[in-house]
Amino acid sequence: MSALLSVRDLQKTFGQVVAARDINVDVPVGQTVGIIGANGAGKTTFVNMITGHLKPSGGAIIFEGGAITGLPSRKIMRLGVARSFQVAQLFPTYTVFENLCAAIAIAHSGTSVFSAAVARFVSDRTKGEAETALAHFQIAPYRDALASTLPQGMRKLLDIAMATAGNPRLLLLDEPTSGISLEEKFDLMEVIMAALKARGTTVLFVEHDMEIVRRFADRVLAFYDGTVIADGPPTVALDDPRVAEFITGTLIRAKDGTLKAPTVSHA
Amino acid sequence: MITAIAIVTDGLVYAAWLFVVAIGLSLIFGVMKILNVAHGAFYAFGAYISATAIGLYFDRGWPAAGGYVAIGASAIATGLIMGYVLERVFLRRVYGKDEVVVVLVTYALFLILEDVLILIWGAEGKAAYQPYSEAGSIDIGGLAVSLYDIGLVIFAALLAIAAIFAIKKTTFGRLLTAVIYDRETASAFGVDVSRVYTLTFLLGAVLGALGGAITAPKISVSPGLGVEVIVLAFAVVAIGGMGSIEGALLGALIVGLFRACAVHLAPNLELFAIYAVMALVLVFRPHGLFSPALARKI
Amino acid sequence: MSVRHTLLGALVFAGLAACVPLLPLWLISLITIAMSSGLVVSGLIILWRAGLVPFGQALFFATGAYTVALAGLWLKISDAVVLVILAIVAAALVAAFAGLLLARYREIFFAMLSLALSMILYGLLVKSEALGSTDGINVAQATFFGMKPRGAAYTIAVFWLSLVLVFLAWLSVTAYLGSVAGQMAGAIRDNEIRVEYLGISVTRLIHLKLTIAAALAGAGGALAALSISHVDPQMAYWTTSGGFVFVTILAGAVSVPAAFIGALIFEVIRSIAVAVLPGGWQMILGTVLLVTILFVPNGLGSLIMRKRIAGQGGSK
Repeated sequence: MSALLSVRDLQKTFGQVVAARDINVDVPVGQTVGIIGANGAGKTTFVNMITGHLKPSGGAIIFEGGAITGLPSRKIMRLGVARSFQVAQLFPTYTVFENLCAAIAIAHSGTSVFSAAVARFVSDRTKGEAETALAHFQIAPYRDALASTLPQGMRKLLDIAMATAGNPRLLLLDEPTSGISLEEKFDLMEVIMAALKARGTTVLFVEHDMEIVRRFADRVLAFYDGTVIADGPPTVALDDPRVAEFITGTLIRAKDGTLKAPTVSHA
Repeated sequence: MITAIAIVTDGLVYAAWLFVVAIGLSLIFGVMKILNVAHGAFYAFGAYISATAIGLYFDRGWPAAGGYVAIGASAIATGLIMGYVLERVFLRRVYGKDEVVVVLVTYALFLILEDVLILIWGAEGKAAYQPYSEAGSIDIGGLAVSLYDIGLVIFAALLAIAAIFAIKKTTFGRLLTAVIYDRETASAFGVDVSRVYTLTFLLGAVLGALGGAITAPKISVSPGLGVEVIVLAFAVVAIGGMGSIEGALLGALIVGLFRACAVHLAPNLELFAIYAVMALVLVFRPHGLFSPALARKI
Repeated sequence: MSVRHTLLGALVFAGLAACVPLLPLWLISLITIAMSSGLVVSGLIILWRAGLVPFGQALFFATGAYTVALAGLWLKISDAVVLVILAIVAAALVAAFAGLLLARYREIFFAMLSLALSMILYGLLVKSEALGSTDGINVAQATFFGMKPRGAAYTIAVFWLSLVLVFLAWLSVTAYLGSVAGQMAGAIRDNEIRVEYLGISVTRLIHLKLTIAAALAGAGGALAALSISHVDPQMAYWTTSGGFVFVTILAGAVSVPAAFIGALIFEVIRSIAVAVLPGGWQMILGTVLLVTILFVPNGLGSLIMRKRIAGQGGSK
């Protein structure tokens, strides 16, 4: 299977602080990857580097065979990598429908601002795609509500729906269920994953809830101290002793009481 | 050689004046996030009232030394009264609104006050040269330098030291620092932000008026003198970094020396030189010399 | 804009052009001047919608005006249409250059930097003998397609030119505001990060907006120069810029026609104020501005008030 995304020896340092080191990951087309790890383990740094928000200090990111390392985020988006945000990034003074139209219209208008200046904002194609997105992400009831008035779950859905406007092949979701109540988390993920599966999008999602990961991920990347300490199917990766020790907290400290620096295990 | 000395002395004198004017603007911006265009009006009123006070004082033939006290006292009174009225009556209503809306309010106030100035003092120039001429001059390398100008440089230097000391060491200074860095957190920790605002605005107003007052003896005080001040002070503050005293000091020195170079070497380029140096600094340091580049957060 | 709207607009303008015999000459001049600032304001609307308020738009206005004066003086160009096109190009070029710096800033810094840039031009104009210094330059009366109207006929010819320019500005600004780039104005005001992550550069969008607004300001300057037959540094001064911002606020950024109606009302009030209350003009301006902001916050504040979601961050 050829890799959609290949990450090689990715590093990121902020001064003396090492935020990410020696990350090597290949993601094949169609996979759904759950990214887990404690706060500060490097999950978001990883996502931010792939989407161009942070410039890596070293290493390479290859998407569909081409290097995207250090490109500005808008160029990476145009190549087919999109992302959502921990805090939904919306246009609060636009309605839900207008938010979607904006996202879709930009995707259609091309990279140059000159083409954006001559492309009509309101076209039948844009409107049609916006209606489809409303239906897929089940936010149609809020169609004409201002984005600033949306409940948390709807904000998350709209954020992700906007990210899919350019039909990305790879979508990175940064904590799609953060701020959502326990009861609603599964329903929300069901909606998101169903919509994305219908589009055939490869997904990487950062998640704290292990039940969600178990349920939706084909594969788990466990981050600790800036690097991947376990990588494999959920059943294997989540039961890895280091993951249990450092992330899920299900394993009690070893008898001698010492903590050793974990090594990468490929299941 | 004479030109070099002239450039340095002119540059320093101009920088001293700029610093006094800019520090008030920078302070208000740093603490309140308000770009106070009405600062130009504080300056203009300071100049007019000081010129009037000097006139009244010297008409009575009282000793010259007291004239300097008249300058200071009139400036402080002007700044306090105007600052208090503007803050309480107008600015209070727009706190928390969009920055540009607040700028427009101060801009409107400035427009009004410019005409009020003409209503009170008329359109003719007003001279109050006595403190300047009484001060005399000394010879530096063959160049007569006014003692009044030297006094200005010393005054600005003392002001800079006092301001840096006050920010770092006094309670009020620390409160200011807290509000500058994070208004909400400071408020959550019990800092009376509203009171800090009032005090800051008064202080800024007094400094603006003082800038005008110390200039009055050097020029013919006439309408429209507040305008250039606000743009120049902004240039200084933009170069130095909004809200930074060290920045205002360095910005004033850079602009002062650049302008002096232009005045003596290429007089046609005077205004151009000032803004060109600002543009140059901003190309490389978009938020000024003393302001760290802010990272965008997601 | 639909064809019907365009035709309707064309009819209105044709009607206005035909009104000439009914209007006194001073009123025709006044309308022409109002249209010249209306052109500038229609450009400001584009920026205003993105939350940008330039305090130095007179930079481009004066660039346009001086281009007309100098093209006549140095290049002996007299055709009004050619002069206007030259002015538009010159102002747009200045903006394309100034935008390299300006487009990186927002809010107050944007406002004040644009002011500072306009003061550079003012400084150059005042000091430079070749550019007429404080006295300015007289502009030779232009020709119109080889015809040389003089006296009242000239005033009317410039008035017709102003109607054509306003009509074209109305069409193009409305078209731009309806484009993807134009519609992104509110999005830029709301959330720049999101715009970037949709795959388009905010800085370049703003740069483009600046250039378009400058082109319109250049057209306004050219029209003013042709109408007054004189240019002076006052055209680049901050009070000129302030007047444009003032009209934009009063008219609100709702529509392009509002810009021109606002500019017309502004000119009328100024004419009255100068006659009735000489020396009180700034006070009137300031008071109206203050009252608008403090007591009519909804025509104004709601348009530029940002309700940006504070973007907060990831774990790193």
